[in-house]
Amino acid sequence: MDIFIMYLKVFLTGGIICSIGQILIDKTKLTPARILVIFVTLGTILTAIGIYGPIVEFGGAGATVPISGFGYCLANGVIKEVDAIGFLGIFIGGVKATAAGIASAVVFGFLASLIAKPSIK
Amino acid sequence: MNSNVNMSNQEYSDFVDSKAKKSNLGKNIFMAFLVGGIICSIGQVISDIAMHYGVQKQDATCITTIVLIFLGAFLTAINLYAKIGKVAGAGSIVPITGFSNSIVSPAIEFKTEGYILGLGANMFKVAGPVLVYGITTSVIVGFVYWIIKLFM
Amino acid sequence: MKLGKQSIKFENTPKLLNTSSIVGPKEMQGPLAMYFEAHTDDIFFGEKSFEKAESKLMKTCINNLLSKVPTDNSNIDYIFAGDLLNQCISSGYCIRDLNIPFFGLYGACSTFCESLMLASLFVDAGYATKTVAATSSHFCSAERQFRMPLEHGNQMSSTAQCTVTGSGAAIVVPKDISIQSPYITCITPGKIVDMGITDIANMGAAMAPAAFNTIATHLTDTSRRADYYDAIITGDLGTLGSEVLVDLFKKEGVDISSNHYDCGAMIYDIEKQDVKCGGSGCGCMASVFSSYFFEQLKTKKMNKVLIVATGALMSPLACQQGETIPSIAHAVAIENEV
Repeated sequence: MDIFIMYLKVFLTGGIICSIGQILIDKTKLTPARILVIFVTLGTILTAIGIYGPIVEFGGAGATVPISGFGYCLANGVIKEVDAIGFLGIFIGGVKATAAGIASAVVFGFLASLIAKPSIK
Repeated sequence: MNSNVNMSNQEYSDFVDSKAKKSNLGKNIFMAFLVGGIICSIGQVISDIAMHYGVQKQDATCITTIVLIFLGAFLTAINLYAKIGKVAGAGSIVPITGFSNSIVSPAIEFKTEGYILGLGANMFKVAGPVLVYGITTSVIVGFVYWIIKLFM
Repeated sequence: MKLGKQSIKFENTPKLLNTSSIVGPKEMQGPLAMYFEAHTDDIFFGEKSFEKAESKLMKTCINNLLSKVPTDNSNIDYIFAGDLLNQCISSGYCIRDLNIPFFGLYGACSTFCESLMLASLFVDAGYATKTVAATSSHFCSAERQFRMPLEHGNQMSSTAQCTVTGSGAAIVVPKDISIQSPYITCITPGKIVDMGITDIANMGAAMAPAAFNTIATHLTDTSRRADYYDAIITGDLGTLGSEVLVDLFKKEGVDISSNHYDCGAMIYDIEKQDVKCGGSGCGCMASVFSSYFFEQLKTKKMNKVLIVATGALMSPLACQQGETIPSIAHAVAIENEV
């Protein structure tokens, strides 16, 4: 039963975050690229001021899988690194925490595009 | 006959808006909610499996990200992600798989202009701004945090 | 002879001798499939890139056209052609191999009428005896240049239109050629009209005022009524743009709802093919006029038509700089009797 409730929370949190994106697209005619930028920036800021953390506690992957979770990683990473090594941490922390995501995106992106051919949806 | 449209630009814009068929917001939100929820649940499953095998929570998050990015890239490469996106909208744009899709899609398309200037240069055409603004914001956050720490 | 403000009435009424059309797979699933002369099931058309495919579409179309009239390349005096791609590469690379003097034109989706106007002007003035007008567009090359990558998982806006994969070509000759064929009687080159629309996913609305302006000017200049024509055919206003155009005329007390046709709204099955407001692109009017409407003229089901190709003269760059969408429409009157 616990696991069911946990997955329900994940589903709800992820679903709601994506729905907010959809409302923005349909109501404001923002392009997907802008939506992604808004979400990642908001994710970073909300984490820094302590709002996104509790959402991640509640929703787990529902809050970390959306691109705002990328911002959550960036903010947490930079705060942790500043705590650990001080000033230099400002420049190291964010990218260090998200390095796996960035590197895998570049590599898988590269490999995928090598094998794929464009086609109509 | 008067050949100019007898309306101000604002009036014309309102007139067009009144004629335009609205997209079905309810259905779009429902689909975004459903697909977004499913993708996040898949992420949770991956993370739970990793932790089940004794991986630390922090590393499990990393593994989840890598696997989801792989899935996004793979589905894009087999021409499936665009089909999902047509139905799901933000439901497949906002999750990290959408980030992966926005990197792979221009890369595939610009391959015809060569591997360096085509594929390489255009890979971050759509997703580049996410890194620019995400990383910049994180540096600002780090800087502010560092200053606050100095005085506390 | 100049008529009124901006129209020209041809004194020697050149003939539209023949036309040719070619489309891609999606257009062949639409309601006009039986009228198109040629088609390809492969969006790459056997080429390595979409731009090359588009070029080949136009080339195939022109070659088909020339094979239908008893002539060869060396007898064509001039060719007027254009497309949507930067530097008009589809036309340029297509005509590179044809060995015909070439005028490259850009009028966005209005190019078909622009090239047909110039082709008939040359013939009317006696500077040429055989001229060809051709345009093309390709869904994938246009998406790439104007919108998002094909594989990107985004949704089309409800007002968006889908670029037609296709090409159309027409050959214009002097009227003394004995083969029976419709005449080009009158043209009205359009002015640029901009009503401040900025949404590039709503081209129909941006172009409707330009179509209105050109048609209204044409009717005034020629002292004709809208019902003089069996059909007033707009290029690619789509369903929304067409509705707006009919309404704009209604406001002036003219009802064109019964004889107005829009190629963009006709080429696809709007409901079944999920194309939102219909088709667009240089290839839209070119392929639909060259097939369906030319057939109607030939079989005398229609005798007087006014074709009005509409174009949105923006670029992604200008739009990103915050510019609005300037639009243009050119009208060509084609009649079976002079």
